[in-house]
Amino acid sequence: MPLSDEWLKIENLQSYYGDFQALHGVSLTLKKGDVISLIGSNGAGKSTLLKSICGLVSQKTGSITWKGEDILKFPASEIVKRGIALVPEGRRLFPSLSVEENLVLGGQVARPGPWSLSSVYGLFPILSEKKTAPSTSLSGGQQQMVAIGRALMSNPDLILLDELSLGLAPIVIKDIYELLPRITASGMSAILVEQDVTRALGAASHFICMQEGRVSLEGTPMGFTRDQISAAYFGT
Amino acid sequence: MDWLNAIVQGILVGGLYAMFAAGLSLIFGVMRLVNIAHGDLIILASYLAWAIVHATGLHPLASLIIVVPLMAGFGYALQRGILNRTLGKDILPPLLVTFGLSVILQNGLLEYFTADSRKLDAGFLETSSFPLLPGINIGVLPLLMFVSAVAIIAGLQFLFYRTSLGRAFRATSDDTEIAQLMGLDNKKVYAWAMALCLAVVAIAGVFLAIRSNFDPFMGPGRLIFGFEAVIIGGLGNLWGTLVGGVILGVAQGLGAQVDPGYQLLAGHVTFLLVLAFRPTGLYPRVSG
Repeated sequence: MPLSDEWLKIENLQSYYGDFQALHGVSLTLKKGDVISLIGSNGAGKSTLLKSICGLVSQKTGSITWKGEDILKFPASEIVKRGIALVPEGRRLFPSLSVEENLVLGGQVARPGPWSLSSVYGLFPILSEKKTAPSTSLSGGQQQMVAIGRALMSNPDLILLDELSLGLAPIVIKDIYELLPRITASGMSAILVEQDVTRALGAASHFICMQEGRVSLEGTPMGFTRDQISAAYFGT
Repeated sequence: MDWLNAIVQGILVGGLYAMFAAGLSLIFGVMRLVNIAHGDLIILASYLAWAIVHATGLHPLASLIIVVPLMAGFGYALQRGILNRTLGKDILPPLLVTFGLSVILQNGLLEYFTADSRKLDAGFLETSSFPLLPGINIGVLPLLMFVSAVAIIAGLQFLFYRTSLGRAFRATSDDTEIAQLMGLDNKKVYAWAMALCLAVVAIAGVFLAIRSNFDPFMGPGRLIFGFEAVIIGGLGNLWGTLVGGVILGVAQGLGAQVDPGYQLLAGHVTFLLVLAFRPTGLYPRVSG
């Protein structure tokens, strides 16, 4: 199959946690360089979709194709080697590792690309001052920087960002979002899960609104009114 | 002077107990697996060394060159083939499976090597000693055991905190799910941890076989000593494990000084006292 610029193609994805079905036939297409926002209320299946893509949810049917390869049944450790990285909700740094060790571990898969310890420290200068600190001794915003840096260290082609703003002060959220264009500038694609709809629509070229495990609306932020989006969001 | 001597000899024996305990501590730390067959694996290593020494005429310590890699390989295969399948949210399956493994090992050894007790003969190493103080002689073998235990623990400490394998162990122990996102296959990480554990077990087994007689049913007793050393020292702390081994050794030595029948009892009572007053051990891991 010739490699088109359609990097990620998901068709009729159904994901389960035990007997509970969290996704009911989700489809989406992501091209090289796309930044897609995933919005929707709590429990709509946004995080499940990200975790299904990167292999953390293994009970699933349908198809997930990444650069022409079917990755539906791949374990997470193999998917990251093919260039998909997740910044997990709640950051989830390794508490017994220092800041730098967290970053180095992120780079363990050693894909070639622009991101290295020095370029991550260039993006987040504060981290180089704290590199020997235990990762969980940092402030929430700094921990989020480590989590982003850790994902970047694998030089992914697609970065999945799950609730970057969770539990952070508005000023810190603003700082982190201002850095996003520098991350995606190199042609990296991104899928962004965000509760804050305004922020989510502002950062992305496309958006997908999810509701109860299904896609309720998708398109460009310009193509819809706030009322249409809010109806898709709340299901009213 | 007899009492001081009992303490010194107890410290040295503590090294052996620390060796029993180090592997146990490592496995629990990395994958929260309590290996009931740990003691029997030590005895398996003793018999393996005995068989090699009898087949080749090697010195018991030289047999380590073969026993250590064999046991490590066995550990890797055991983890990948069996124990990985038992790990999950429920802590019962690994307990039951390693308990079963313990029974199989004991009876397998009994079947193959008979119930006769064996011993490895290390020649002059066993009988040489030098005076430390008047009335206190240090045996070369106990000293060698203690030095080996310190070296093993220092080595494990280095591996855990300074190498990429150690980083993988710590990350997998912290958060298995996210470790997989770093490209770590947790099943392989666990297998490496078990290989490392059984390499240490191999050394402990050879020293045990030189120091005393052994038979197929000695495993559970060694498991208890190992457990006690781990708990006294504090879970997840390797240097604490050494201290735990030493405390156990000294307690047994002092007990034996009072009355030879009190040797084991004194060790167990000390363990119970620590459990009663410092349930997390003397040096619990600070974070995590």
